[in-house]
Amino acid sequence: MAIMTIRDAIVQTLHSEMERDPDIMLLGEDVVGGNGTAGGPEAIGGIWGTSGGLWAKFGPDRIIDTPISESAIVGAAAGAALSGKRPVAELMFADFVGVSLDQIWNQIAKFRYMFGGKTKCPVVIRLVYGAGMNTAAQHSQSVYAMLTAMPGLKVVLPVTPLDAKGLLTEALRGDDPVMFFEHKALYGVKGEVPDGDHRQRFGEARMVREGGDVTIVTCGRMVNFSEKAADKLAADGIGCDVIDLRTTSPLDEDAILDSVEATGRLVVVDESPPRCSLAADICALVATKAFSSLKVPPELVTGPHSPIPYARELERAWVPSPQKIEAAVRRALAAG
Amino acid sequence: MQLSREDLLGAYRRMATIRQFEERLHEEIKSGEIAGFTHLYAGQEAVAVGICDQLTIEDKIVSTHRGHGHCIAKGCDVKGMMQEIFGRGGGLCKGRGGSMHIADLSVGMLGANGIVGGGAPQAVGAALAAKLDKKNRVAIAFSGDGACNQGTTFEAMNMAVVTKAPAIFVFENNHYSEHTGDAYAVGTAKDIASRAEAFGMKAWRANGCDYFETYETMRELLDYVRAGNGPAAIELDTERFFGHFEGDPQRYRGKGEIDRIRDERDCLKAFRAKVADAKLLDVADLDAIDAQVATLIEASVVEARAAPPPDPATVADDVYVDYV
Repeated sequence: MAIMTIRDAIVQTLHSEMERDPDIMLLGEDVVGGNGTAGGPEAIGGIWGTSGGLWAKFGPDRIIDTPISESAIVGAAAGAALSGKRPVAELMFADFVGVSLDQIWNQIAKFRYMFGGKTKCPVVIRLVYGAGMNTAAQHSQSVYAMLTAMPGLKVVLPVTPLDAKGLLTEALRGDDPVMFFEHKALYGVKGEVPDGDHRQRFGEARMVREGGDVTIVTCGRMVNFSEKAADKLAADGIGCDVIDLRTTSPLDEDAILDSVEATGRLVVVDESPPRCSLAADICALVATKAFSSLKVPPELVTGPHSPIPYARELERAWVPSPQKIEAAVRRALAAG
Repeated sequence: MQLSREDLLGAYRRMATIRQFEERLHEEIKSGEIAGFTHLYAGQEAVAVGICDQLTIEDKIVSTHRGHGHCIAKGCDVKGMMQEIFGRGGGLCKGRGGSMHIADLSVGMLGANGIVGGGAPQAVGAALAAKLDKKNRVAIAFSGDGACNQGTTFEAMNMAVVTKAPAIFVFENNHYSEHTGDAYAVGTAKDIASRAEAFGMKAWRANGCDYFETYETMRELLDYVRAGNGPAAIELDTERFFGHFEGDPQRYRGKGEIDRIRDERDCLKAFRAKVADAKLLDVADLDAIDAQVATLIEASVVEARAAPPPDPATVADDVYVDYV
C-alpha cells in the first residue's frame, strides 16, 4: 500500500499495464514532448504529467507523439485496435471530443455492432475534463453525458487514486471502448493505492457514505463537493447517502434505486448544463422505476444552461458548489 | 510483368465477380427488396483488384461507402455479402451493417465506411500497429475524390508522414463526389496526388481503368513502402458506371457520357483485349469464368432471397463484448 496522487496512480498503472501487455500503445499530443525541437525529446510526459517515463521505457513505436490532429489520433487508435492492439488515445482536453467526434461516435462506438459482433475495438480514450481552473468555455467542459448517451462506449470517472488504478486497469484489460475521464482539478488528490493488481469492475457504484435521510447521486469532482456538503449537514443531524457512480455507462441502477427507496429523497449533482444531462437521466431513472418511493420532487444541482465562463467569480457561479448542494438537500427535506 | 496464367485468370475472375455482383444489385434494387442506400463500384474494378491482388491476408484495408469491390478483392465471401445487403441474419455482419458497413477482419478488411473520409486515420493506426509488430505489413486507405477534401484525410496523411507509418493512400478519382465534379470540388486542378506530395510523401499516378498499369504502378509503390520508406499515395483515374447511389437520376452526366465510358473506359473489356491480343489467355477461358461467376451470383441472390431475416430479439446484441 502506498499513498499517492491520482496523477501518479495513472502513470504507474500505465507503466505496469504496458509492461504486462506489449499490445498497449499510447498516442497523443505531447505525450513525449520536445520532439523536433533544438532541445530534443524531453519526455515531459504530457502537459498533465500523466505519461512520465513511458517514452524512455517503451520507445517511439509504442509511445507516439502526434501532431495536433485529434481526428487522426482517435482514428489511428481505432485502426490500431482493429489490427489487434490496445491503444490509449489521450485528448489533452475533453472538449476536443468536438474535433474528433466522428471517430468516436460513428466509428469506434459502432464497429462491433455494425460488423455483426465479429470484432472488438478495445480503445481507451483518456479525456481531461472539468471546470475549476478558469480555463473557460472550450477547455472546462464535462462532456460525459454526451458520450454516456452513445451505445457502444463505456464511460468511467475515477475520483480517488484507488479507483484511478482500478478503473484504468479494468479499461486496459477489457475488450470494449472506454472513455476514461480525468478531472483536471483532481490530479493532485492523494489516497491509498495497493501495490499489486487492482481491478475495479464497471457498473459498481461506490457508497461514499450512508446517512439515510437523503440520497445524493453524483460523479467526478462533484463527489468531493457532495462529501463537503454532507459533512456540514451531518453537524445538523442530517444524514446523506452519497453515491459516486464511478461509471456512467454501465450505470449501477440498483445502488441508486436501493438508496432512494430507503430515503425517498433524491439530489443529483452534475458538473454540466442541465438539459439532457446525467442529472436529468438519473432523475428519469428514478421517476420511472422508483416513483412511489419519492416523498418529494428530486433536486437537480447543475450548472446553468450556458457555456462555462472564464473569470473566477463567474466560474464559481457556474460550477455546483458544496453550498448549493447543501441548500438542495435542505430543500428536499423541507419539501415534505 | 511476370503474371502467371493463374494470376491472370484469378484477376479476371475477381474483376468479373465485382462487375456481375454490382450489375445484379442494380437490377435487384429496382424490385424494392433491398433497403437503404447502395453505392455501386462497377467501373472501378481494376483498382480494387489490381491493388488487393498484391496484398497478403495480413495486410489491412479500410474502405469507403462504395466498398463492395474492395470487399470482394480482399477476399470477403460473396454469398455472405449478398445476404448482408439483402439484410439477412446470415449476412457477413448479421444484417446489422448493410452495404455501407461490410467488414471481415479475418481477411484484413477493416470495414466499409458510411462517413466520407472516415477511414484514412484508421489506416494510419493499422499501419502503426504493423510498424510495432515489425511484420512488414501495410495498411491501405481507399478514398475517392470526395474524401480527398476531408480534413481527416489531411490529418491522416500528415500523421503517417510524421510517424513513418507504412500507410498507403489510394485515391480513386472517379470524377464525381456524389453529384459534383472534381473539376469543381478538387481545388488542385483535379490533381489529388499533388496533395499527398505536399504532405511530404511520394505519390504515383496511373490509369485506374487498366488493370496492368494499376498493378505495375502499385507493385512499385508497395516495394517502396515495404522497404521501410514510410507512407505513399497513388491517384487512379477511373470511372463510375452507375450513379452516386442506386436511384440517382444522374442528371449531371453529359450527353452520351455513360455509353462512352462503358465503351472506351471499361477495365474488363480492356483486360480481355489485352490478354487475348498477347495470347496470354483464350477468349474461351474468359467466357468460362464469366459463366462460373454468373452461376455464383445467381446462387448468392437465390440464397439471400430465401434466407431468413434477422431475429428482432437480437436488435441490441453485440453492442459490447460485455456490459453489466
